[in-house]
Amino acid sequence: MQENALLEMRDISKEFPGVKALDKVSLTVRPGTVHALMGENGAGKSTLMKCLFGIYSKDGGTIVLDGKEVNFKSSKEALENGVAMVHQELNQALTRSVQDNLWLGRYPTVGGIMVSEGIMRKKTKEIFSDLEVEVDPSAIMRTLPVSKRQMVEIAKAVSYHSKIIVFDEPTSSLTETEVEHLFRIINMLRDQGCGIIYISHKMEEILRISDDVTIMRDGTWVATRPAKELTMDEIIKLMVGRELTNRFPPKTNEPGETILEVEHLSGKYTRLRDASFQLRKGEILGIAGLDGSGRTEVLENLFGAMTKGGGVIKLHGKTIQNRTPKESIKNGFALLTEERRATGIFGIRDIRENTVISNLNSYLMGGICLSDKKMKEDTDWAIQAMHIKTPGQSTQIRALSGGNQQKVIIGRWLLTKPEVLLLDEPTRGIDVGAKYEIYQLIIDLANQGKGVVMVSSEMPELLGVCDRILVMSGGQVAGEVDAKNTSQEEILTLAAKYV
Amino acid sequence: MSQESKNLQTSARGMITPQKVGNFVLNNALIILMVIAVIYIAIINPNFLSTGSIINIISQTAAYLPAALGIGGCIVLTGTDLSAGRIVGLTACVSASLLQSTLNMANKMWPEIGALPIPVVIVVAMVIGAAIGAFNGFFVAKFKLHPFIVTLGTQLIVYTLLLIYVTMGNNNGMAIANLDKSYTDFVKGEMFNIGGASVPWYVLYAVILTFVMWFIWNKTKFGKNMFALGSNEEAARVSGVNVFLTTVMVFALAGAMYGFTGFIEGARIASNTANTGFNYELDAIAACVIGGVSFVGGIGKISGIVIGVLMLRLIFIGLNMIPGMNQNFFYLIKGAIILFACALDMRKYLAKK
Repeated sequence: MQENALLEMRDISKEFPGVKALDKVSLTVRPGTVHALMGENGAGKSTLMKCLFGIYSKDGGTIVLDGKEVNFKSSKEALENGVAMVHQELNQALTRSVQDNLWLGRYPTVGGIMVSEGIMRKKTKEIFSDLEVEVDPSAIMRTLPVSKRQMVEIAKAVSYHSKIIVFDEPTSSLTETEVEHLFRIINMLRDQGCGIIYISHKMEEILRISDDVTIMRDGTWVATRPAKELTMDEIIKLMVGRELTNRFPPKTNEPGETILEVEHLSGKYTRLRDASFQLRKGEILGIAGLDGSGRTEVLENLFGAMTKGGGVIKLHGKTIQNRTPKESIKNGFALLTEERRATGIFGIRDIRENTVISNLNSYLMGGICLSDKKMKEDTDWAIQAMHIKTPGQSTQIRALSGGNQQKVIIGRWLLTKPEVLLLDEPTRGIDVGAKYEIYQLIIDLANQGKGVVMVSSEMPELLGVCDRILVMSGGQVAGEVDAKNTSQEEILTLAAKYV
Repeated sequence: MSQESKNLQTSARGMITPQKVGNFVLNNALIILMVIAVIYIAIINPNFLSTGSIINIISQTAAYLPAALGIGGCIVLTGTDLSAGRIVGLTACVSASLLQSTLNMANKMWPEIGALPIPVVIVVAMVIGAAIGAFNGFFVAKFKLHPFIVTLGTQLIVYTLLLIYVTMGNNNGMAIANLDKSYTDFVKGEMFNIGGASVPWYVLYAVILTFVMWFIWNKTKFGKNMFALGSNEEAARVSGVNVFLTTVMVFALAGAMYGFTGFIEGARIASNTANTGFNYELDAIAACVIGGVSFVGGIGKISGIVIGVLMLRLIFIGLNMIPGMNQNFFYLIKGAIILFACALDMRKYLAKK
């Protein structure tokens, strides 16, 4: 292939029991460039990087780094040979200090035994000042906000002075300013001649920062092109493997009378203050805002998952309390949580249990024994109504794709016959194709007369699916806009109001 | 998070003083309660704070400390070690059998060997402990088994070894007594005395071990890797830490500590049977937990362990000094302290929503 390649991964294959995760994937990174790696979830991007970084051992193919064939057996070996990685999940020792994390695995010692806090501190400060990162080296990791922790992780990867640096979704928890900051760092590394592999779902970022783009689909290589020659639509087309002209289904729902009134809702331990809004029958209300603006807090306070500091909730004009999730469910509320894997699914339990878990009371026979037959029927209904693709009811839910998992949870909530559905990032971590189905489900729900409140960090999604959008900023409601007559710019301006 | 909101939060924290006082009381509740208990016991029985009594408390703390220091590392890795007591028992019997007096050959377990040099026996005891510990660590690290399960198993295996050992040689399952004077002097002999109450040498050994362990935990790569591993194993792995070796070493180090405890107990108890060391791990775990070594992982201090062991000893000796106190209640009080300490500990790590 290319003469001047810094890293060449050729025909990499990797198989997990029952799944071919990578099938002869190739990737070539030139020095002094940013190479974007794109693909839907499960396309094999992270697996490919883990093969490079020695976390997984590849089953086939060769990796040539700087003209030498390499095959790292551990992360330690990869790091020592000039490959560093910012991992997708924040892998940090939260109970330890920033500098302990930064030097983990390569503590500077005096006399080979004693770790020198002094040298560590000095070097940490040097790195932070080079990269303009403002974090106290001795702060305990746990006390820092996620975005700062992410910056520490980035600084750590850079501090290895590696030839190749992999960024696996580095911006997922960064604010706009910090993203700019990261891009300055990446440009600096590029100028120094590093090869950078950049994984992200955010197309604007990809088109801005990268020189080359490689697209993967279902564990295979699809295309490698210069970023200049690509457009967003083309990338989506290559990723999905089909034209995706209509990203959103037609909006057919019609809002009716007001069912829910929320007045001056505040959180006791969170920054949510004085949020007021109304929701109508058959309406989809969007909640926009930056990370940490209080979007999730609105839903979780309303649902009783967080402790309320004050405020009044009225359903059909009658004041209700919603002190605990149990009480809220009884009042006809349902909450789809933000972190599906952490707080949504019961991973190792099967589809049926995951479907009926919120509705067990209605399967009781004689108040003691659960009726298998009824649970089976309801699960069948959910699988059909939600179009869940699963081999059967007894499949572990973690074996399904993100989109199908999400449909199981929506099905779970519909069994409780809710009037108000609170959806927190309903399409997070879901493939582009499956997103459409979720949108359709949401609109169908509104058509059936449910009130839907939907939090999302993807603005096009809010504009495409919602009727009205509430914009949060700094824990307060910054404004309310009509989805039909607004723009991303207007929402962004409101979102920055109380920052 | 914006600067403004941070300021808001800090000012909010600054304002609520009653809450801060409450937090202080809760965070230090155990120490406050202990101080109250000590004052109470001292009032009803002034002997509690006599020189002899205080030295007794310190000596007992010193005897139980090394095992707790070892087990602390296992807890930092979110694990535990149930084999500690049996390892203490085995190494106590081995140490005692190797250091029996040559004056009375009839009662000697191994008549063919004389009393070995003490340093050799210390090394033997610590190596036996470390080997069993490494065995524990190997199963934990290699097969990803929870240390509770692994050490539940090894604990039984070690007990069998111990039962077999005490029937070997000339011993026939009897208590191993008749120790060489050099051994008892080395351990229990008087280092110095204060007002007629003698402070034994093993207090010094505990102090030295405490310092060594403090150094290992805080100043070495191994110690830092141990904490990182307890805090987030995956982070340690991708940062290039040898997770397998670190885990094995933590358990091996713990084993070496039990081995040393065994060496001390051999002489301290003076008449050792297969029951020596039974349930030591429970006191050691309790002491760690009371001292703030958290089962959450990656959190703990040597000073905390010392305080934990001291507190347990204080309570035990103190309760004995309350006239008319029913002994059966000791266990209830100990249990209550453990629950109370753990609940307080968890409180620190729960984020309120």
